[in-house]
Amino acid sequence: MATSTSARLSTSIYTPEMARLANVEQMTELEKLFTIGLTDGRNLGHAPGQFVMVSVLGVGEAPISVTSSPSRSNGAFELCVRRVGDVTNALHGMQPGNMVGIRGPFGHGFPIEKMRGKDVLFAPGGLGLAPLRSLINQVLDERGSFRRVIILYGAKRPAELLFRDELDEWVARDDVECHITVDRGDETWAGHVGVITTLFPLINVNPRNTVAVTCGPPIMYRFVLIELLGKGILETQIYLSLERRMKCGVGKCGHCQINNLYCCQEGPVFTYAQIKGVQEAL
Amino acid sequence: MNLKILDKGALAPLVNALMADYQVVGPQAKGPTFAFEPIADPAQLRLDYNTTILPPKKVLQPPQERLATFTLPPRNRGGPEGGREPHVEPVIEARPMVLLGVHTCDLHAIRLLDNVLSRDYSDAHYLERRQQTVIVGLECLEPCDEHSFCKSMGTLTAHEGYDLHLTDLGPAYAMDVATEAGEELLSCYGDTREATDADIRCLNEVLSAKWPRFTYRLNFDAAELLALLSTAYDHPLWDELGERCLSCGSCTNVCPTCYCFDVLDEVNMALTEGERLRRWDSCQLDEFARVAGGENFREARSARQRHRFMRKGRYIYEKFGELGCVGCGRCIRTCVANISIVDGFNAIHGSA
Repeated sequence: MATSTSARLSTSIYTPEMARLANVEQMTELEKLFTIGLTDGRNLGHAPGQFVMVSVLGVGEAPISVTSSPSRSNGAFELCVRRVGDVTNALHGMQPGNMVGIRGPFGHGFPIEKMRGKDVLFAPGGLGLAPLRSLINQVLDERGSFRRVIILYGAKRPAELLFRDELDEWVARDDVECHITVDRGDETWAGHVGVITTLFPLINVNPRNTVAVTCGPPIMYRFVLIELLGKGILETQIYLSLERRMKCGVGKCGHCQINNLYCCQEGPVFTYAQIKGVQEAL
Repeated sequence: MNLKILDKGALAPLVNALMADYQVVGPQAKGPTFAFEPIADPAQLRLDYNTTILPPKKVLQPPQERLATFTLPPRNRGGPEGGREPHVEPVIEARPMVLLGVHTCDLHAIRLLDNVLSRDYSDAHYLERRQQTVIVGLECLEPCDEHSFCKSMGTLTAHEGYDLHLTDLGPAYAMDVATEAGEELLSCYGDTREATDADIRCLNEVLSAKWPRFTYRLNFDAAELLALLSTAYDHPLWDELGERCLSCGSCTNVCPTCYCFDVLDEVNMALTEGERLRRWDSCQLDEFARVAGGENFREARSARQRHRFMRKGRYIYEKFGELGCVGCGRCIRTCVANISIVDGFNAIHGSA
């Protein structure tokens, strides 16, 4: 209202904290990896699977999952961002030293405590590797607490594979079973070709003792879920991270609602059992 | 109940006195209908109003408000920043306000907004404004029109959610003083007297006489909505409504319990400073659930209408413990496609 007076608040859940881009790395044609430090040098304090609201002041705010592992925080965290909307395009135009706004971390991440002592099967597709990488690296940093670690990663083309150095490391490790595929190969690619579901016949799982974690585009979930359920993995042992439009991150703005679930609060990580009957979920 | 009597002749002086220290907002005539607007002259106040186009949420969670202001370095987007850092500062837009003449359906709606916006993460922008607002309720004695169904939704009267509450007794108002804030307001500004036995008899008569004037418009008890809607996800009604709905978002704009919002940044021409704004948004608009990559999780209009009905009759209850519909009838009145939520609920009940 024109007549209203304004007061200054010390805090609001909608006010971002300014943070500095420590490093920006081009990963693929569409994705960049941003390393971000909060100004007082403290850790973000996130759990794998949680997200932050990232602001480019003057452009807007978008929800992005944290891709770095809490076990490797050291005063900074990483976001792997595809340029696809206004905010992410503006972010891609920024340089180390520039400042972004951060709110969060928000939401429920992956319950790593329920995975200890078990086989963990990761099935990320495309950019879905970004949120899963946070958990994968946490698991690898506490490798002794888990049994088998299986990673099945699919991307459309070799040039779209994210975190190439880490993928090479995972493939080379004796204590990780890592298989990578691309939908369409090219002259640079000597590996597996086919959609992600073609990797599943390569592995045997012990279904009663396996936790599966998957993230990818909605269409991928349907096919990956068929494979996971086909292996006999329990619905309560399959974790998915869902993407939704979000404007607040704290259960107010209404955009992320999946029927009666608030993705930003109850999610973004859900078990398949939680969302099986929720028809808007996938 | 702490009951006082305010003679009608004392209302204008009371409003006048309040205007010195508060923004007083109340129902006024606006064309052929009514609207909550700031009062500049007590004569503008129309406590005989039936309903308003927009609910009083328009002053508690305004259609647009600033969440923050920010300054930008000369070249924030690419290039060095020349020593200047971007800076963001939260802003709250609130001032002492008296919200006067709120009908009981809207009192229930405000209580729901209080609940939603204070739960888990509290929304300081709303709550600060709410804290600075004294609410004066007004008992409904006649139905607004044929569209209201407050009696079915249990909102025909209110036992809380106001600081003061008026009931029209003819020559005077009975005034229920419900909170300390209400009491303080009256002691500073009001010229009231204690209720006599005759006043209380009169109030009882007025209150008991109002009930038969209102009709039940749901064909079932509202408490059944939750169970009814939990099996109605694939009901053919949604497709039928989707065919008619124009996705204009009017139903959610006029709804007293709709609080969903969009957040956007606006910058000045020099690109040196800007504001982060929030605006009412609507789950009926196509882009509401669309993510940047293009996926739209409620692409069909039928799915969006279902979402609205489900929120009002089921989802909000599941999360916050109260129904999301207060029966004010505004969405029905405003819909150019004649979509009626009460008819819809009845249709589902009829086919169950």
